[in-house]
Amino acid sequence: MKGKVWKFGNDIDTDIILPGRYLIYTDEERLSEHCMEGLVSDFKSKVSDGDFILGGTNFGCGSSREHAPIAIKGCGISAVIAESFARIFYRNATNVGVPLLEAPGVSALIGDGEEIEVDMENGLIISESGKEIEFKKLPPFMLEILESGGLINYLKNQKNE
Amino acid sequence: MSTIAEKIFARASGNGEAEAGDIVMADIDIAVMHDLTGPLAVESFNKIGTGKVWDSSKIVIPFDHQVPADSLDSANNHILMRKFVKEQNIENFYDVKEGVCHQVLPEKGHVIPGTVIVGADSHTCTYGALGAFATGIGSTDMAMVLSTGQLWFKVPETIRFNVEGKLKENTSAKDVILNIIGQVGADGATYKSCEFAGETISNMNISDRMVLSNMAIEMGGKTGLIEPDGKTYDYLKDRVSGENKNRLKAFIEKSNLRSDLDSPSLEIMDIDVSELEPQIACPHNVDNVKPASELDVEIDQVFIGSCTNGRIEDLRDAARILKGNKIANELRMLVIPASKETYLKALDEGLIKIFVEAGALVSAPCCGPCLGGHTGLIGPDEVSLSTSNRNFKGRQGSPEGKVYLSSAKVAAQSAIEGRIAVPKEE
Repeated sequence: MKGKVWKFGNDIDTDIILPGRYLIYTDEERLSEHCMEGLVSDFKSKVSDGDFILGGTNFGCGSSREHAPIAIKGCGISAVIAESFARIFYRNATNVGVPLLEAPGVSALIGDGEEIEVDMENGLIISESGKEIEFKKLPPFMLEILESGGLINYLKNQKNE
Repeated sequence: MSTIAEKIFARASGNGEAEAGDIVMADIDIAVMHDLTGPLAVESFNKIGTGKVWDSSKIVIPFDHQVPADSLDSANNHILMRKFVKEQNIENFYDVKEGVCHQVLPEKGHVIPGTVIVGADSHTCTYGALGAFATGIGSTDMAMVLSTGQLWFKVPETIRFNVEGKLKENTSAKDVILNIIGQVGADGATYKSCEFAGETISNMNISDRMVLSNMAIEMGGKTGLIEPDGKTYDYLKDRVSGENKNRLKAFIEKSNLRSDLDSPSLEIMDIDVSELEPQIACPHNVDNVKPASELDVEIDQVFIGSCTNGRIEDLRDAARILKGNKIANELRMLVIPASKETYLKALDEGLIKIFVEAGALVSAPCCGPCLGGHTGLIGPDEVSLSTSNRNFKGRQGSPEGKVYLSSAKVAAQSAIEGRIAVPKEE
């Protein structure tokens, strides 16, 4: 995976990712139009397919709204990288097919707008200048869930096999 | 040598034992979802294609976030959920008239000590105040639960806050929990089961205990447990019905929902609250906590309500201070009782009259401005003082607005003065 980094700080909460007033919607298209809008207006139109979000500690804290990772997915973000993630968001993002890569120390090494590469198989993030940063590799079943596009599709695929 | 969380998962997993770090598949006793997270869960449930829910008597659906419907989109969500309730014969459905889910479930006797409760809402942890392992989940996980009645969990480690000391008259449980969150940070208890114990907690009523458990998620906690005792039993005994009556009785007879203090997965943090002053969580993080006395902040709106502080005890606290007073000019105040039961009690006790005479707006039970989706939003550069649980950027409307969090006592005193103020010690 290759793409540009959109860098944010610590404690990026789900109200920032997707404000409460848009929870009345359930479709990815509409939700993604409001992704991160408190911090970056028109985030979706600025992001290119495959870009990354980079957060600090406790990314995704707050509400259990699955609308938040759905909005991120709808923007075409290929993965969220952070120092650490909040618990409910971690499950929700995996369940809807957004990879979360936990890489302690990453925010000091990668800057906003940098073009990076992610090697899922080896658990490596490669910065624009070639620095290699390790992230906690995902177990095989989680990779399968993500490759299926989320838990529901994963279960369906398993049923059909 | 086990914690409450380990004891609960030992039973719910069917394994007979469980220790922190174990991944277990647990039976779910109650699953709750509301009008805002329900539609996504129902969509996912339909995609799985099970057809029928696992047990229509164990699913509770209260409407509370967008009630009554404030837009066509909300009205459509309500229709979708009401249809689901009918199709699946959901026994415990509370339409727009009942109140905030985390108040309604305890009131209606759906929370039994020692059970596992999951909710498509992060403040599901509130039920830990009655000794249930209760935690928030997303809509896909909820769809799994609806289909199978089970969910996988990592059995959490426990951080036990041992709280001692008599609270000052102008403070309350809200000040205790804000102080704890300020100390440990917004991710200080991530993945952990929080426990609140000690003399101060034993002396607290159920309402105050719910304030603590409710905000465990604001430090990343998976749940916020309190050892059930006589007060727990007294609160629930006339509220539970059917099979739950026996379960509650059995639990009281066994009464082993205590953490063994030598449990390897238990960490203890001592908190002394005898000198604690009223606390405020300042924008834009719940762990940005300062004593109210140190702040010089003018406010535009005060909100008393929510699953954190919208109970009758909070309304009494506020009414005592507001009685015979008027709120400041140019200030708006919203008072929203957390449930119909709370609303009726407040009417009986004359509290609603005190609020209206003071200049407040009183609304029907709902989540109100807490999550900035329904009513009472703030605009750019406006300042809200709120008894709810989150002050994130944009939480109550404009991202250029600011939200401060406090107890009902501080909120009432501040409404009179038009700025964040410390109530007098009675």
